[in-house]
Amino acid sequence: MSSLESLVEDGKKAVLQATDLQALEQVKVEYLGKKGLITSQMKQLGSLPKEQRPEFGQKINVAKQSVQQALDARKEQLDQARIAEQLEKETIDVTLPGRDTALGGIHPVNRTLERIEEYFSQIGFRVEEGPEIEDDYHNFEALNIPGHHPARAMHDTFYFSESLLLRTHTSPVQIRTMEQQQPPVRIIAPGRVYRCDSDLTHTPMFHQVEGLLVDEHTSFADLKGVLDEFLKNFFEKDLDVRFRPSYFPFTEPSAEVDIQCVMCNGDGCRVCSHTGWLEILGCGMVHPNVLKSVGIDSEKYSGYAFGMGVERLTMLRYGVNDLRLFFENDLSFLKQFN
Amino acid sequence: MRISEKWLREWVNPDISTDELAAQLTMAGLEVDAIETFGDELNGVVVGEIVKVEQHPNADKLQVCEVNVNADENLSIICGAPNARAGIKVAVATIGAVLPGDFKIKKAKLRGVASFGMLCSEKELQISEESDGIMELDASAKIGESLVKHLQLSDTVIEVDLTPNRGDCLGMRGIARDVGVLNAVDVEEVACTAVKSSIDDTFEITLEAPEACPRYVGRVIRNINLNAKTPNWMKQRLEYAGIRAIEPSVDITNYVLLELGHPMHAFDLNQLKGGINVRYANENETLTLLDGKDVKLTSDTLLIADHEKPLAIAGVMGGEHSGINRDTKDVLLEAAFFQPIALAGKARSYGLHTDASHRFERGVDYQLQVAAMERATQLLLDICGGEAGPVIDQCSKQHMPVKQPVQLRRQRISRLLGIELTDQQVEDILTRLGMQLEPADTGWQVTVPSYRFDISIEEDLIEELVRVYGYNRVPSRAPKSEMTMVKQPEHRIRKSQIRQLLVARGYQEAITYSFGEPELQQLINPDVPAIELLNPISSELSVMRTSQWPALIKAAEYNFNRQQEQVKFFETGLRFENHESGLQQIPTISGVIGGAHKGENWEGTDRPVDFYDLKGDLESLLKLTVNSDSYLFKLESHPSLHPGQSARIYKGEKAVGWIGKLHPNKKKSLGLEQDLYLFELDLNAIIKKKLPKFVELSRYPSIRRDLAIVVDEQVNVAQLIDLIRQTAGNLLKHINIFDIYRGESVGSGRKSVALAMILQHATRTLKDAEVSAIIDRTVKQLETQLGAVLRD
Repeated sequence: MSSLESLVEDGKKAVLQATDLQALEQVKVEYLGKKGLITSQMKQLGSLPKEQRPEFGQKINVAKQSVQQALDARKEQLDQARIAEQLEKETIDVTLPGRDTALGGIHPVNRTLERIEEYFSQIGFRVEEGPEIEDDYHNFEALNIPGHHPARAMHDTFYFSESLLLRTHTSPVQIRTMEQQQPPVRIIAPGRVYRCDSDLTHTPMFHQVEGLLVDEHTSFADLKGVLDEFLKNFFEKDLDVRFRPSYFPFTEPSAEVDIQCVMCNGDGCRVCSHTGWLEILGCGMVHPNVLKSVGIDSEKYSGYAFGMGVERLTMLRYGVNDLRLFFENDLSFLKQFN
Repeated sequence: MRISEKWLREWVNPDISTDELAAQLTMAGLEVDAIETFGDELNGVVVGEIVKVEQHPNADKLQVCEVNVNADENLSIICGAPNARAGIKVAVATIGAVLPGDFKIKKAKLRGVASFGMLCSEKELQISEESDGIMELDASAKIGESLVKHLQLSDTVIEVDLTPNRGDCLGMRGIARDVGVLNAVDVEEVACTAVKSSIDDTFEITLEAPEACPRYVGRVIRNINLNAKTPNWMKQRLEYAGIRAIEPSVDITNYVLLELGHPMHAFDLNQLKGGINVRYANENETLTLLDGKDVKLTSDTLLIADHEKPLAIAGVMGGEHSGINRDTKDVLLEAAFFQPIALAGKARSYGLHTDASHRFERGVDYQLQVAAMERATQLLLDICGGEAGPVIDQCSKQHMPVKQPVQLRRQRISRLLGIELTDQQVEDILTRLGMQLEPADTGWQVTVPSYRFDISIEEDLIEELVRVYGYNRVPSRAPKSEMTMVKQPEHRIRKSQIRQLLVARGYQEAITYSFGEPELQQLINPDVPAIELLNPISSELSVMRTSQWPALIKAAEYNFNRQQEQVKFFETGLRFENHESGLQQIPTISGVIGGAHKGENWEGTDRPVDFYDLKGDLESLLKLTVNSDSYLFKLESHPSLHPGQSARIYKGEKAVGWIGKLHPNKKKSLGLEQDLYLFELDLNAIIKKKLPKFVELSRYPSIRRDLAIVVDEQVNVAQLIDLIRQTAGNLLKHINIFDIYRGESVGSGRKSVALAMILQHATRTLKDAEVSAIIDRTVKQLETQLGAVLRD
């Protein structure tokens, strides 16, 4: 065996004996480095006859490659062993909870409001807001409810003075909007409203959404269409909707809208007082006196308006059975809606 | 309005069931709230005849009655009533019957003798409130028949919730008329035929305020029978309607009110002096009302007075002195028309609400006074006897309402309703409603009956048309619009985005009342003037909030008391500041946090929340504006915040909010166990965001230089950063604080701040020398301006 061959053998042996990357590197330097045992065989090249030189050079290269291969293979072996060790060491309990998972939630009433806004903004209604401390004119007079009108008794108004009050409905936003804008008007007005009433089914503050559309050629059939569509979408159910005559001073004709009870599907239960129907909102065609009060020609334009109680819709949607829960701000209640 | 179905069907009797009738009324705008049935509870009570009476062997006051109830054998029943005697027909509660009050009739032994049932009094059957002995039935009563059937006690009471426009339906007459219209059947009006006078007595009537009371119909009736009793059927109907029976003459006026919807009044004629004068009250006049209450009258109150004194508040309530009592022999009956506008709100201003005021405020048929008078007279004579004088009809014709015909155009009907009605349908519906139609070019001229106060314009007629036609027959038309896009300003931050950001950071949204307790508000926000309600629901809800903090603090406390370890609330809404310059309603977002930072966790890294947790949340909110550098936090004190941990937030020069820790003193006053951190921000200060504007990217490397400087504790980081920014100029892209150190090596009252300055040039690589120059300049400025020392 030539000395080159035995060098290769020794080199391979040394490679296999190396137990870590550092030792392996040393072997590499020892055999393949610039002054390594195999590399230095090149020096003999000069002493050989010219015709033998290529052959010997080739042999040295083969020897180098052979050791290099052994080195690579060993390196891969050591890498894998190291990774295997790492994997074992780094194994964790993936079932432990992650960090900072905190997520809050919006209030169920506002959740409903946002849904309502979404539906109506899709069909071109703009969201408008108004003051909650209102004057008598916008809350009553301009809505065709003059002083001492019997309808005022239905409102249980909170007063600050003779002419300053907490709005009893979101309808004044109708007036404020139309004072600023000629038709077409297409708005919804969500917000807090107040009535001097507090018992199991009434809180002195609650939320309403008012809707108003004024345009040429708007009819009662359009009003029915938009509310029918909204209610079916809101409850995500093809439920029965009925309109029946009612009275609001600011609409004529006026209607109360009932839906088939969502709790019992109209069979009759405690929630619907065994009628199968739930009263859900009030609406009607805007009264000409209202249009007149904001300088809109009722011969040219007509409109519809509707108003709904947000707490009631929320209760029916999620099955909440106590109105007062909405204002207790009990986290164990609120978190149910997150 | 509660109506007896039996009574209604005497007027109008369509071939439909009770439920159908109720559904029909509801769908016609006369909403049925409840249906109650009466008579069911007296099952097992039958007509019996006492055939024999024997003394009880062991009790003086008891008798053993043998009673025939048309069963296999007669019943032996023990009775203590003195009027129990052989030959009379009585109401017998048999074994198994259940009397009102859940009183079960069982076989019983009284002093050693068995009793198989009970002979009932009217009181026990709840037929009347008082009774003397057992009830004696008509001799013609059929033995064995159920008492309910015999007395025709079974009835259904339909409770109709009437809207304020339908004053015409506040009487059987009105409801019957609507039922007739809806079913196209005839209505049998009650006869109000003229009663001939048998005496000539009249009474002087003066209409001093004819614009308010244009018509007053009176009638004298003398010598009524003091012992007369209101018949059972009338009592029953009054009771079904929720009116207590009192005296026959009062009951009769109430009955006419229920029947015709016309309130009447009966005076004791002998208490009246001179004559009736319908006039406004004089200042400081007083009157003792029928309910015993003394009222001081205001000069805008219409009165019925005699020549000496007020007798009644017109259309509201009579006076005690002139009212009917047990000794009233001579009566003056009143049926007047009062203008709704003259009475509007009057009852309420005296804290009253009566059956009369309820009707007059909504409008009572102005052609009904004489008819009501005749009807009441007839009933009075029938029940109490007496002699009637002639009808005294005092009327100021020029002040009576005049119904102007209302124009109705075909084209408006279809335009407003979206349906086409034929002329025949229109004419049929309106005629059935009692209207008179005159054809006109474009439609009709319609004259409305005197009982409909709610119809004065075309739209009112159209509502009547669709009401009778049926709301449900109008088709639903899908929403259609002109496909205009709704403006969506890109710079506007929507409230929902703000909400979502806080939600993502673990906040729960709260909704608290906009009004609260004055003491609590005074404690938390003493410097801001609040506006108070005149008529709060309670003192705890009497003042409008000037801050959301009081209610949020309460909400936090509520939840800590319920074992929550962490509270993070925010709320949006208005706060109300009542400055001399005017009332402000300011859209606001506020928040409170307290308790655990993360909550107990397996790494054991929990701690209580602190100021910087809240500030971080707030700053991320400000980042929504893409312009958070324009907001400044300045150490300022707020009455309810910790003076060393509170900052006022400015946008430019304008103060827009607060952040801080609840002052330990407030925490103590409120008895709180947890530290709370609060923020408040004007929503309008964060509703606009900066739109992106492209800046050329630099392709050259940035250079970082770290500085550690020692300054006095009083020097805050914002001052350092401001000065560095000013001095370093616009090559400075970013400053990052990466360490704050306090300790012996820097001296007490001093702190070391380590910061990194990142510099970059847009169009070339920075030279080492120019960077060094900037740093030197900056350090020098820090030394001279803020007494900083470069740390080794």
